[in-house]
Amino acid sequence: MTTLPLGAYRPGRTWLHRLPAGAKLLALLVTAVVVTVVRGPLSAVGFVVLATALVAWSGAPLRRTLRSLRGFALVAVALTAYQAWTRGWAPAVETVGDLLGMILLATVLTTTTAVDDLIDVITWALGPLRRLGVDPARVGLAFSLMIRALPTTLEIALQTRDAARARGLGRSPRALLVPMVVRVVANARATGDALHARGLGDD
Amino acid sequence: MSSSTPTKTRTRRSTGTDIALIAGFAALIAISAILPAIKLAGPVPITLQTFAVLLTGAILGARRGFLAVLLYVAAGAVGLPVFSGGASGFGVIVGPTGGYLLGFALAAGLCGFIVERLPRRAFAAPAIFAAGLFSSAVFIHTLGMAGLVLNADLTWSAAFDVDKVFWIGDVIKNIAMAVVAYTVHRAFPDLLPRRRPRRAAPAA
Amino acid sequence: MGRIQLEEVTVHADTADGDLLVLDTTTVDLTERRIALVGPNGSGKSTLARLVNGLVEPSAGRVLVDGLDVVDDGPAVRRRVGFVFTDPSAQLVMPTALEDVALSLRRTHRDKTARRAAAQLVLERFGLGDLGDRSVHALSGGQRQLLALAGVLATDPDVLVADEPTTLLDLRNARLVGDLLLGLEQQLVLVTHDLELAARCERALMVDGGRVVADGPAADVVAHYRATA
Repeated sequence: MTTLPLGAYRPGRTWLHRLPAGAKLLALLVTAVVVTVVRGPLSAVGFVVLATALVAWSGAPLRRTLRSLRGFALVAVALTAYQAWTRGWAPAVETVGDLLGMILLATVLTTTTAVDDLIDVITWALGPLRRLGVDPARVGLAFSLMIRALPTTLEIALQTRDAARARGLGRSPRALLVPMVVRVVANARATGDALHARGLGDD
Repeated sequence: MSSSTPTKTRTRRSTGTDIALIAGFAALIAISAILPAIKLAGPVPITLQTFAVLLTGAILGARRGFLAVLLYVAAGAVGLPVFSGGASGFGVIVGPTGGYLLGFALAAGLCGFIVERLPRRAFAAPAIFAAGLFSSAVFIHTLGMAGLVLNADLTWSAAFDVDKVFWIGDVIKNIAMAVVAYTVHRAFPDLLPRRRPRRAAPAA
Repeated sequence: MGRIQLEEVTVHADTADGDLLVLDTTTVDLTERRIALVGPNGSGKSTLARLVNGLVEPSAGRVLVDGLDVVDDGPAVRRRVGFVFTDPSAQLVMPTALEDVALSLRRTHRDKTARRAAAQLVLERFGLGDLGDRSVHALSGGQRQLLALAGVLATDPDVLVADEPTTLLDLRNARLVGDLLLGLEQQLVLVTHDLELAARCERALMVDGGRVVADGPAADVVAHYRATA
């Protein structure tokens, strides 16, 4: 059955693990810009090789990495074919190589960084926006709540699907979707009550 | 009846509830994107992602809807595998389909903006459907195509050919979205501030 | 011991079918250590419990906790009053057990490391010391309710309101959580359908149709409820 590929974080002791989360996030952003600016198929191939090496170093399990690339594979094949057909092989390799490299690098980030630390970085990075009315602590809380809500929501989705099937309504969008969304709203309200009861909406 | 209290609604609308709703709907979008595509109508399998995005706007309204989608996109950008097919990372945003992701947030905001302002007697599934379709046309498809042109080096006409594949699915998803949003609003009449007595329109 | 006062409190709710009277001009003064609220589903007992920390606000009248008005002094009251819900899943808001308890300690422990250490101590007090890194989702129902309780008691409230905290638990866990609640030093307002548990309190209120219909020593009220239900 569907499992959430969450908890992608793998504790480890590599240099990549010890690097502060902020540095890694920044490196990812910078790389994204550099890769878009630098042209040519050769650099793209080099980028993919480098990213693959980092993935191996980070200790990311091969199987899960491949699985996470499955969705991209479809896009990649279509995009390569299209680019190769209209503009030749070099641009095709460049476009697809750059994308693949970025996705691999993102895998490195998730493998070597605990979500908790990432949230701290995001909260910190939002600090300057305080003046615009952004409350970094609230954003951090929203992030945590969302991560918490993922398995719950998946469970709700699967349960409502089973319930719809049990009533012979397995293909009725209304029977499938309405109860699911109603339960998501009800859950969020209960969570809001709990936040409120714990005094978390107050500060 | 006591006249000392001006409002009667006694279910609290707290910041905590707003944050929980934003997070809950961000998670709903994530699950819709990750779940294997289901066959809703006809042979074309469609994922529920855009359904969930516009639904979020229609249910939570402009501000919370926009923030929920933004939270979802940000979570995917920093590495949670919540994008379509379990992908993640900043790479996806700068990737060929990145434009769609950015369009999602704006479309949810616009859809919520319209739904919030629907007059009470027009508040029904067809109006919500129109709001969803309009928002998706204005933001998702345009920004989506722009993303294809910028990031995948397609020409505008090629991007248009790719984009139009999604049109029929879009109409179907918006019908489902409108029906669900309308029903959920009936189950939770106080989700939008819509039903409060209207104040005089502020001078422009 | 704390004091909870409801003064001519009325609660209305907006529903899809229009206005609904949930609680009708209720006045009570609660000073006992353990108070049970019993009554049929939909009687208004949950609403009464939720009034105590401002989750529901009165449409008329006022609610005081140790002299503080629940509406006007909301934050101060919520620091004093802890709340445990029926479904612990809704109450646990962070991904892992340790983080959830740590969230409660944010106000008292600014430093993250100190906060985590304090949270770990709380977990150990509730026999959950080994489960700190466990996803909240992967805990059993009993463990979740214990964790919810730990997260609330970590802040050291003066009053604990528990809304049917044992309803979703199996017999053994219900007994465990029930004993734990009744053994607390805090003032306890316990909404429950478990009449044996209710009978062990000092005082009980029976709520029906939005009114308190019986009030007195727990054993008497429970006996009355059994006779009339």
